[in-house]
Amino acid sequence: MKLLFEKDIHGSNSFSFPEPNIPDTVDVAIPEEFLRTSRLGIPELAEVETVRHYTALSKLAFGVDDGSYPLGSCTMKYSPKICESIAQLPGFADIHPYQSPLTVQGALKLLDELQEVLAQLTGTDRFTLQPAAGAHGELCGIMIVRAYHKSRGTDGQRRVVLVPDSAHGTNPATASAVGYQVRVVKSGQDGLVDLDDLKSKLGDDIAALMLTNPNTVGLFEKNILEISRLVHESGGLLYYDGANLNAIVGVARPGDMGFDVCHVNLHKTFATPHGGGGPGAGGVGVKEFLAPFLPSPTIERDEDGFYSFGTNLPESIGKIKTFYGNFGVCVKAYTYIRLLGYDGLRAVAQNSVLNANYLKKTLSEYYDIPFDVICKHEFVATNARQAKKGIRTLDIAKRLIDFGYHPPTIYFPLIVGEAMMFEPTETESKERLDELASAMKTIAEECENEPDRVKGAPYTTVIGRVDETLAARKPILKYTIE
Amino acid sequence: MQYIPNPKNKIDEMLSVLGLSSLSDLFNDIPFEIRQKCVSVNDKPGESELEVRRHLEQLAQENWSAEDAPIFLGAGCYDHYIPAAVDYLLKRSEFSTSYTPYQPEISQGILQGIFEYQSLICRLTEMDVANASLYCGGSALAAACRIASEATKKRKVLLPTSLHPEYAQIVKSAGIADFYETVDVPIIDAASAVPSGVIDLNILDSILDEDTAAVVIPYPNFYGCLEPVGAIIEKVRAKTKALVIMSVDPFALALLKPPGQWGADIAVGDAQVLGNRMSFGGPHLGFMAVTEKLLRKIPGRLVGQTVDDRGNRSFVLTLQAREQHIRREKANSNICSNQALCALATSMYLALIGPDALKQAAEIAHRLTNYAKQRFQQAGFHLRYSAPVFREFAISLDRPTEANEFLLENGIIGGYELNDALLFALTEKRTREEVDELVDAMIEFSFPGKKTGEGAGENVK
Amino acid sequence: MMNIPQNLLYSKEHEWVRFEGNKAYIGISDYAQHHLGDIVFVDLPELGTEFDAMTEAAVVESVKAVSPVFCPVAGKVVEINAELLDSPEKVNEDPYASFLFAVETDGTGKDNLLSASDYTPLCEEE
Repeated sequence: MKLLFEKDIHGSNSFSFPEPNIPDTVDVAIPEEFLRTSRLGIPELAEVETVRHYTALSKLAFGVDDGSYPLGSCTMKYSPKICESIAQLPGFADIHPYQSPLTVQGALKLLDELQEVLAQLTGTDRFTLQPAAGAHGELCGIMIVRAYHKSRGTDGQRRVVLVPDSAHGTNPATASAVGYQVRVVKSGQDGLVDLDDLKSKLGDDIAALMLTNPNTVGLFEKNILEISRLVHESGGLLYYDGANLNAIVGVARPGDMGFDVCHVNLHKTFATPHGGGGPGAGGVGVKEFLAPFLPSPTIERDEDGFYSFGTNLPESIGKIKTFYGNFGVCVKAYTYIRLLGYDGLRAVAQNSVLNANYLKKTLSEYYDIPFDVICKHEFVATNARQAKKGIRTLDIAKRLIDFGYHPPTIYFPLIVGEAMMFEPTETESKERLDELASAMKTIAEECENEPDRVKGAPYTTVIGRVDETLAARKPILKYTIE
Repeated sequence: MQYIPNPKNKIDEMLSVLGLSSLSDLFNDIPFEIRQKCVSVNDKPGESELEVRRHLEQLAQENWSAEDAPIFLGAGCYDHYIPAAVDYLLKRSEFSTSYTPYQPEISQGILQGIFEYQSLICRLTEMDVANASLYCGGSALAAACRIASEATKKRKVLLPTSLHPEYAQIVKSAGIADFYETVDVPIIDAASAVPSGVIDLNILDSILDEDTAAVVIPYPNFYGCLEPVGAIIEKVRAKTKALVIMSVDPFALALLKPPGQWGADIAVGDAQVLGNRMSFGGPHLGFMAVTEKLLRKIPGRLVGQTVDDRGNRSFVLTLQAREQHIRREKANSNICSNQALCALATSMYLALIGPDALKQAAEIAHRLTNYAKQRFQQAGFHLRYSAPVFREFAISLDRPTEANEFLLENGIIGGYELNDALLFALTEKRTREEVDELVDAMIEFSFPGKKTGEGAGENVK
Repeated sequence: MMNIPQNLLYSKEHEWVRFEGNKAYIGISDYAQHHLGDIVFVDLPELGTEFDAMTEAAVVESVKAVSPVFCPVAGKVVEINAELLDSPEKVNEDPYASFLFAVETDGTGKDNLLSASDYTPLCEEE
């Protein structure tokens, strides 16, 4: 498909603005040294052509509204449309962040209530909605950890953040982005944190342990209370990566497991759409003793119920994002939570776990499942049986596209070779899961009988497999006229 | 209201396949004492769609939106016009409900959209390489400062006091990682005459040294003023190996000389102004563009052009080995989700209004700004700063908060409150009549009894 | 079958070393390039940088993996193979002709290196 730039027709765009009726005496000159002398390289298209361009592009994309999207660790659930329409209301979408609090009481009330309900759901005491994404929430949380250690004079000594080998890449990257060294804790044969290995890595140099629970192979870290005791005894804090909260929302709370700081991905558990890679929102909850370190500003409510911003926060980590976070995303999450209520959220966890276990059970007939116990919202399968025919996980994933599904997450977690990580979410019906399982069964049969068919997939897409090596060796990152 | 498609009988059927009798059996691996604490924390029931809509519409009505009153606030977030087709196209759920395009075969639409966005940012900034977006202008600047410290192996990052205060705070907060230390560079802000409001070149010269990793130039600066970019860069190049980071307003680049032409090493900024609604401060998007030399240092996603196994031009996420999911603790950033849909909105906006109307919008905003400035001055107000401005300027006032309250009483959302001034922004959405109302109200506030529409002829301060 | 030339020494981390007087040329073994897959980028040290034995000196990247390259012997970088910056695929094509960098060394660390015959089992075990 042609690029915007290749549809450039000079004189075809007639968009214009009304000229203000301003006297000629107004001096408009910008000093010459500041003026752009080069042509503004934006293509010219008629409105109809731009609309067709993006409509055509949309047809080359695949969203949850197009079909099942069992992308592990990403919680690709259905996003209710009412949430979208609410976020578009001018009273939310067309307000300026620096308006007087007098004129934004509704917005502040919404943020305050959302913070409160998220604190309740996570078992934390105070919440901030400033982080713009999950990884940004991690950054915020680990900055809070570091500020806490600084306040106690233990920052110089506590230089290490522990991260399991099964962790999302964001965990170690976050720790080092806050200036910590990373020490990896091994997983045991059962896919859970190896307690002996953890003990051997704890010490008075530990600032925190970052943990996802359920973890990235979809298993609940059932020793969490012991892990919490060990980490706290060593003087470290416990950080909860909320990427997998969908599995336990309304059933169990990170705060009750001993976590001191946690982030929540509103774009996963709370159904705000992923937008092709963002925007998300990654609010952070903390236990009371860490509240002084939360980013600035906070939302305050006085006795009369009047909301304002609090900025007198001497120990705060400061700011991590302009203004107050991805407010528009928060509006959608708040709307979702009101729709579901607490029981509805618990049903989310229950059905996401039910769907994952049901799919695992049906797939286990054709694919190897390394940890075949009751899982939470996701599970890992592998190509071990198909590998005998030279089939890689990548091949299976690509073939699944031909059956109308988005593939699972592949090659993650790293502790399982050739992993395929399925997360069906609660918004898939039994019929959909049966169809997905049936497609996976057909692929397993193809692997056996006509492996080349699988290796050559996909066949139904506008493009075939792409040359990633070429893309990386000779990067072309923008359009240039040939 | 729930969004679980399985009715109870299907759920029971699935449970029986698993050999379980109830949904709670699925959670027996969670210690009982943890589950028990969760039982009664909240009993708020769900609501119907209509109830929720009523409630949320009520909350929305408690806010004054740009539809309710003319708005003269800027300070990093602007009320620009967005063509109707942007919101219309953004509703395509193939865009909004997809994930990061990890599977190129079914994500060409998103990938090409981001590739076009990268190309457009490169053209606006005239830099070599742009990434697929960051969270916001402030966090993009913090990321740029980290790049500078790593690329130069130096520690000092120079932040002028004319930088957006929130951007400065974000850079300083990220400093907790100890990759760099920040040094404030004062602007010319003498108490007596009207100061210029831009970086003091003499003081800058005395601060620049061999340990300087980066010099940040806001363009225009927080007060709308145009910094002496050429002279600053000349001094930086003469004395240091520091990188020049320009924190730019991309809307201004319709008229202003782009950072690439000035010779910047990194350009960052917030592209909210290009097609994204204000939304109380987010979601917006940070952009980053760098020189070819810094290609491998740029954080976040990059989409590259390649070919598929049938020889078609195609697009794919590339240079991923820089990123957290591969490089883990050695990654130069932890970013995963970015602001992809906002980036798409920016591309749509630019394509829909095109180069001529973008330039026209910038010119209208600039002329309205000058008109407002002139009217304020004729009425006897003083400019807070004297340097040339784009789209924003500050008026000296003793009581800016009270002035804003007075404006609000008159149905006007006023300016950004500085200690001793109000900072007003004018977009192409404002009209001459609205500017007149603003100035007249300000005259009424500052010179009670004076007839509006004529000069007061005396000092306000 | 992995190519493991007899005339080179090897580290346990799959670097090869060729000594020429007090200069040591360093690259990655056939086994290492094979496991990484198509190499798309190499990051080389700056001339004059000094390394202790077995400290990280360079990086090789494939599409979906990154691997540090250690400097198996202590020394100061006196030469880099700048050709690889533009043509990283040469490491895949002929890993032993494609040194990454060379150090001037007093030989510290040499004793821990393996001969081809001692190195061969390492490529079979993993």
